[in-house]
Amino acid sequence: MSKKLKVATTSLAGCFGCHMSLLDIDERLFDLLELIEFDRSPLTDIKHCGPCDVGLVEGGLCNAENVHVLREFRKNCKILVAVGACAVTGGLPAQRNHLSLADCLQEVYVTEISLEHGGIPNDPELPLPLDKVHPLHEVVKVDYFLPGCPPSADTIWKFLTDLLAGRTPSLGPELIRYD
Amino acid sequence: MTETFQLDGEDVPFAPGQSVLQAALSAGRYIPHLCYHPEFKPHGSCKVCTVKANGRTAASCTLPAQAGLNVESETGEMNDLRRTLVQMLFAEGNHFCPSCEKSGNCTLQALGSDLGVMTAGFRHFYPDRPVDASHPDFLLDFNRCILCELCVRASCEVDNKCVFALSGRGLTKHLIVNAASGKLADTDVALTDKAVSVCPVGVILKKRVGFAVPIGQRRYDQRPISEQALDDAPRPSTASGACAACEGTS
Repeated sequence: MSKKLKVATTSLAGCFGCHMSLLDIDERLFDLLELIEFDRSPLTDIKHCGPCDVGLVEGGLCNAENVHVLREFRKNCKILVAVGACAVTGGLPAQRNHLSLADCLQEVYVTEISLEHGGIPNDPELPLPLDKVHPLHEVVKVDYFLPGCPPSADTIWKFLTDLLAGRTPSLGPELIRYD
Repeated sequence: MTETFQLDGEDVPFAPGQSVLQAALSAGRYIPHLCYHPEFKPHGSCKVCTVKANGRTAASCTLPAQAGLNVESETGEMNDLRRTLVQMLFAEGNHFCPSCEKSGNCTLQALGSDLGVMTAGFRHFYPDRPVDASHPDFLLDFNRCILCELCVRASCEVDNKCVFALSGRGLTKHLIVNAASGKLADTDVALTDKAVSVCPVGVILKKRVGFAVPIGQRRYDQRPISEQALDDAPRPSTASGACAACEGTS
């Protein structure tokens, strides 16, 4: 391959577990780095996404900054991939969706006795939480979905090698896991 | 001479009274299915077993096998339909697999994985469905209910207790417990009941055994459901289907 493909990654309302699973492809990382170079990613610490071939987005959308970053990715990435249960379904953070946001904040920052002097955070630097947590496809067009919490290293590897080889990624049942 | 119908171009024999799905499973042929259970009366509600029979779509669990019927099942068109049905079930409830103790033993999950469902696709409902932990031996997590009525059928047809029922219509349809309080603790449900062992998803959970088998070593962690479903077949229905207590429930 003459030119390396540019890949950007980010974690929105995620736990970085999917990034850990990406790193978990272990020595295959060397093969991968022959084919790609990273743009914006926690691995490069580049803060903004330039034009990219592939964007891997972990985590759902729980605040305004998540939406901003996702739109930056969609604008710049030819192929956008929702990686992991949170990006695909909202995941664990979305378990607050049947509760009122005000009640959640009240419970965590005021009622809960372990944070006695906390109070609900109100720093203007903090992005505002969304009323509900959303999976990525509810806000932008998503080209591919990789379920799993996290998707296994083998799943990520199979997906990326298919994609980088120009094939439509195809995963068997053993690689499609939701847990 | 045994009569046959055609399933994806091959002859499948059937006994009088068998449905297309029963005959197929008896003959070692898999048709994806979810609310069908060989021990209970077919329900025909989840539609995952939909096939095209003589050009018309029909649920194969309730479609009587007939000589000369031309059934198409393993086609792109049918599997696309099945995928969409499974996606809708995922979007309609709160199916957070990573935190569900049924993960790996869940029929809905196994079907999704086998059919290649990568996302629910639709807008998630995130419904508010409080759990019922009132019973000392069981937990009811309604978040995962797919309204298959397996517990309803088992409780009525086998246990003769009718502990469970569906109530409401359309979007408001939901699983209820037949007790004045609506709580499972106020029923005579018991650990030996058929109804508590047939839930295909993680609604009816026995307490204190949740992670006795670790994730990764569970049923569908080993082999996909399409390879395992035939292990349960053929088992003809033995249920009488008659249960006076069912009268009046909807």
